[in-house]
Amino acid sequence: MELEKIIQVLDCQPLTQPLEGGKSFEKAFGSDLMSDVLAFIHDDETVLLTGLTNQQVIRTAEMIDLKLILFVRGKIPSEEIIGLAESNRITLLSTKASMFEAAGILFENGMRGIDQT
Amino acid sequence: MKFEYTITTQNFTTAGEASSNTKKTLKLLGIDSKIIRRAAIMAYEAEMNIAIHSRGGKIQLEIEAHRITIVAEDQGPGIADIDLAMKEGYSTASHEIREMGFGAGMGLPNMKRCADSFDISSTPGGKTRVVMTLNL
Ligand SMILES: Nc1ncnc2c1ncn2[C@@H]1O[C@H](COP(=O)(O)OP(=O)(O)OP(=O)(O)O)[C@@H](O)[C@H]1O
Ligand SMILES: [Mg+2]
Repeated sequence: MELEKIIQVLDCQPLTQPLEGGKSFEKAFGSDLMSDVLAFIHDDETVLLTGLTNQQVIRTAEMIDLKLILFVRGKIPSEEIIGLAESNRITLLSTKASMFEAAGILFENGMRGIDQT
Repeated sequence: MKFEYTITTQNFTTAGEASSNTKKTLKLLGIDSKIIRRAAIMAYEAEMNIAIHSRGGKIQLEIEAHRITIVAEDQGPGIADIDLAMKEGYSTASHEIREMGFGAGMGLPNMKRCADSFDISSTPGGKTRVVMTLNL
């Protein structure tokens, strides 16, 4: 799924600049537990769905080179945290949808879960 | 080449900086990206454990021609049962810590899985020391 499509189907608010259009993501993983994110995501083209908006979410993404974080339930991190994401070239989006709804809508549009290996 | 980072307990603004620096250093040295990813996970889990569970400590990074060594050492209070602490899902993290995204009980198992060699030593009341290496 292209970034633009994700923004469209979930009516996302982009939080970071610049919006690196044309990027495509095939897999997504939803979690509020950072060690699970580090343990289970093996592909840096994976979208992280989370309801947490603290600094450690960005640090976790930085460690495994994630490029897109989607905050659910309308959560928006502080300016400082958005800045940290920008300096690591991580795109941040926010959607009003819940974790369950966001995952369902993405799945409907062809996004799949991570490989369970 | 050796680097040392001081980790302050309960400071969740600076926590992660040592791992971020570790990652940047390895990148500058042109280390293979798969190795960097493993090293970053090891450093980050170790750093968060020091910040969350200990009174503070340090992380040392040593890079040699044939291997990377990460040593995490803190000032206690130590781990009473290491076998239990190593179990996936075991965590003593408080409610507040869980709300920040930690406490899955996956940190130590993650470190062990990523490392080529992993050694943890601790005494109740004393310090905890984790020594991990990656072959280059
Ligand atoms: N440096 C340390 N000092 C004291 N206790 C520790 C230390 N590191 C780990 N522990 C103990 O071992 C347990 C398991 O650690 P582990 O990193 O696997 O999980 P966690 O930190 O609780 O959760 P997660 O890492 O998944 O966020 C901790 O809950 C804590 O009781
Ligand atoms: Mg941990």
